[in-house]
Amino acid sequence: MNKKYGISSGILALALLFVGMLIGCSSGGSKATKDEAATVIPKDNTAVYEDIKQAEKIFNALPSPLESAMLIKSAGAKFDNALLNPVGNVSKYVTNKSMALNLGIYTCDLSFASMYEQTQLIIDCMSSAKKMADGLGILKAIEQSKIDELEENINNSEKIMEIVSETFMNSNSYLADNGQPAIAAMVLVGGWIEGLYISTNLVDMKNFNGNKLVSSIIDQKLSIDILFNLLNSSKGNPAVDELLVQMQQLKVVFDKIKITTSAVRPEVDKTTNTTMLKSEVKTDMTPEVFKELTRVVGEIRSSFIK
Amino acid sequence: MRIYRIIPILALFIIAVTFDVNGQCKAFAKKVCFPELSPYLHDGNYHAAVLVEREEAELYKTFYSDMEYRVAICGEDKLPNIEFKVLDANKNVLYSNKDANYAKTWDFKLQSSQQLKLIVKVSSFNAPGDTPASGCVSIMFGFKMKK
Repeated sequence: MNKKYGISSGILALALLFVGMLIGCSSGGSKATKDEAATVIPKDNTAVYEDIKQAEKIFNALPSPLESAMLIKSAGAKFDNALLNPVGNVSKYVTNKSMALNLGIYTCDLSFASMYEQTQLIIDCMSSAKKMADGLGILKAIEQSKIDELEENINNSEKIMEIVSETFMNSNSYLADNGQPAIAAMVLVGGWIEGLYISTNLVDMKNFNGNKLVSSIIDQKLSIDILFNLLNSSKGNPAVDELLVQMQQLKVVFDKIKITTSAVRPEVDKTTNTTMLKSEVKTDMTPEVFKELTRVVGEIRSSFIK
Repeated sequence: MRIYRIIPILALFIIAVTFDVNGQCKAFAKKVCFPELSPYLHDGNYHAAVLVEREEAELYKTFYSDMEYRVAICGEDKLPNIEFKVLDANKNVLYSNKDANYAKTWDFKLQSSQQLKLIVKVSSFNAPGDTPASGCVSIMFGFKMKK
């Protein structure tokens, strides 16, 4: 009887631990700071409202891989296949960290290829991204039907970008909703670093001054604190802690870049109902700092894809 | 002893409810908020959570001068109006949807790239004593290259 009671207690303890871990995961991360489903508010209780206010949710939104790729395209940069992570590398990625980082990397490569209508690369990158998502257990993120749809619309760049956007949302919403904020953050970091890697390597140093792509790279400094807040919300996760060390190296270089912005003045265009946020900006990045940034980004990216 | 048998069952029920609610938010975001972005391209990022009356959420994001943006903020029908404000780095309010009859979307572009802060707040039905309403709130961004 004692033995039976001991086994039951053990199972119960394990069950409670499992539940605790799951609920703990759901409530952590970059955005959810409390258990969403278990929110039960007693009637007419001001103190509870105060608790809710303190437990507000915070989202740290890094540029998505699609946005990073569009920034490169809008800067007028040329396509270079050699800069993408070879699809043959997929078999190397067996840990959750490497699969998450490379899901972001391949999604950025996929977006980049889509912008430049590189038909075969689009299919190859989508297949690689699917392997990463499948490896992470992200159910239905990239279904075979989506790859088939991609092939059917291979010459329709607008449709392709819609599919890329949808599949990326499927991945990160699955991770967010299933209590995996650390993995979700790593996917975003992988995509962001890939965009930075491609950008820095496409800059023509002969046309450094006034280069639109250089301006776009300088703008990435504005996302550094968002990046740290995103990763810090999963601090303690060994893979995230490793990334924080690497991102600190990047921050040291970005800190050498100066950005000064004037006050922002919103002006509404009533014909289009669009607001223009007017402001002047002064930036300063020397070619030496740019070369250092290119080197550090390259080293980080190499460690991601190895 | 009976209570020990009930706890794991109760725990499994809580897990099921938690994941079901989160799944509902994703479905809500895709079904209701996503169409609001058209003709802009959704950036692919997902920001959604269950909020209750008077609760706030904040979002930090860098917006680029080469793009035009649409932000769409949607709450489930059972929630009161969703307020949202956009602030610059100096905490100046650049836009409030309260001035636009709680519009769900805002279109904007930038002369120079900026990190902006969005504050989203579920307003209140102003009925003290009632159980506060709760539901999904989704924040989505669409973009296109500046013309």
